[in-house]
Amino acid sequence: MVFSLADAISHAHSGARAVLEGPDINRALVRISHEILERTKGAEDIVLLGIPTRGVHLARRLAACIKQFEGRSVPVGSLDVTMYRDDLRLRPARALGRTELPADGIDGRIVVLVDDVLYSGRTVRSALDALNDLGRPQAVQLAALVDRGHRELPIRADYVGKNLPTSKSEIVKVYLEENDGRDAVLLLKEDDK
Amino acid sequence: MKRHLISAADLSRDDALLILDTADELAKISERSIKKLPTLRGRTVVNLFFEDSTRTRISFEAAAKRLSADVINFSAKGSSVSKGESLKDTALTLEAMGADAVVIRHGASGAPHRLAGWVRGSVVNAGDGTHEHPTQALLDAFTMRRRLGPLDGRKVTIVGDVLHSRVARSNVLLLNTLGAEVTLVAPPTLLPVTVDSWPCEVSYDLDSVLPKSDVVMMLRVQRERMNAAFFPTEREYSRRYGLDRDRVAKMHDEAIVMHPGPMNRGMEIAAEVADSPRSTIVEQVANGVTTRMAVLYLLLGGADLGGEIQ
Repeated sequence: MVFSLADAISHAHSGARAVLEGPDINRALVRISHEILERTKGAEDIVLLGIPTRGVHLARRLAACIKQFEGRSVPVGSLDVTMYRDDLRLRPARALGRTELPADGIDGRIVVLVDDVLYSGRTVRSALDALNDLGRPQAVQLAALVDRGHRELPIRADYVGKNLPTSKSEIVKVYLEENDGRDAVLLLKEDDK
Repeated sequence: MKRHLISAADLSRDDALLILDTADELAKISERSIKKLPTLRGRTVVNLFFEDSTRTRISFEAAAKRLSADVINFSAKGSSVSKGESLKDTALTLEAMGADAVVIRHGASGAPHRLAGWVRGSVVNAGDGTHEHPTQALLDAFTMRRRLGPLDGRKVTIVGDVLHSRVARSNVLLLNTLGAEVTLVAPPTLLPVTVDSWPCEVSYDLDSVLPKSDVVMMLRVQRERMNAAFFPTEREYSRRYGLDRDRVAKMHDEAIVMHPGPMNRGMEIAAEVADSPRSTIVEQVANGVTTRMAVLYLLLGGADLGGEIQ
């Protein structure tokens, strides 16, 4: 899933609809960080783990918001789930992302998994399996920038940036400044791909 | 990537970098308390070893097990091979058992290539005669990259019995793909006749090459393959081509010393050099598991490429 800015612009002309623009994404992240603070009573024991690639950028932004509101530095890490996926055999072997845990690990912490789009729930299931091999968190929560529905597993998000009703033939693309040079969430029809 | 890994020449630059990058990520697994991934669950890897080996066989076994594959070890001693079974019949037996990958070491150059035509799974060459040993080259490149960073323009000197060395051939091919400059140093009798066509330089004088080298890789003098008088005495070989303390002093400060093992201490490499901080010999063994995990994952982890039996 590598998209260039040029891609984004060409999509913008081919009937792709921008669901969230830059400021909307920031507002959603600000709200999620408040919700995390509220739910975890000050975010004392939490660790934010982003799922590469864009989940990691989102996790860093959430940590920056929390730092700004409460003055607390929350550990941020990344969790690559490739080796735990259940669809590995449907495609050629893919390159691995980076797994980097905070120095203190995740034992006894509240882990908040962060991903850009929540769809079938299979990525989150893989992430839960991966966490199992890395330690024993006190609790695991899930934050997603976009929840587009169509779950295939009994998984739900604790924090959602935007609930986005979609049809399965549509494609949700998330662009982030750190990765793609701009912030946006686009909804494309399959034939625009 | 291709379905089999028979020669280091099968790997494009992108393939090789993908393997090394994957190995970089997998290296962290060996630091965890649970050193296991579920990725190859239900897949079968057969280790087919017709020649003696300690580190390569154990390394492949550990790599496959860390990826949750089922491992069947087969060594020629005590098998039907000693009753005269041919390689092809052995291959058909493995095929019938449903091997997803066959890791083969064989004394005959080209055996893995033949095997690849007889089985549906992936074939990984773990050393064939004096031909190639691609996973050794990969783990060597991985070790160099971890110590020195990217290999483009790095100067690698490979010293010793190049004639009988599958490690040297695979390393020359792979390092060339990765952009390093390789110099072979050996007595003329221990260089293959076709060495002119290899993508590397050749020298007969170790002392003049050492100061320019970033990596010095010593090869084992393979006594078991020496059926002619390749050099007058071991003592003379050791004097001219052995790596001792005085020679190491000529290398620059960051340069590293490698050896694929098993070593003849005191012959091609002095014991104090082998145990010095410059030496990566123990790291090479640890990196072997990681690199082989990367190879097995990339060959078996994805969709079945649907190989045809010829």
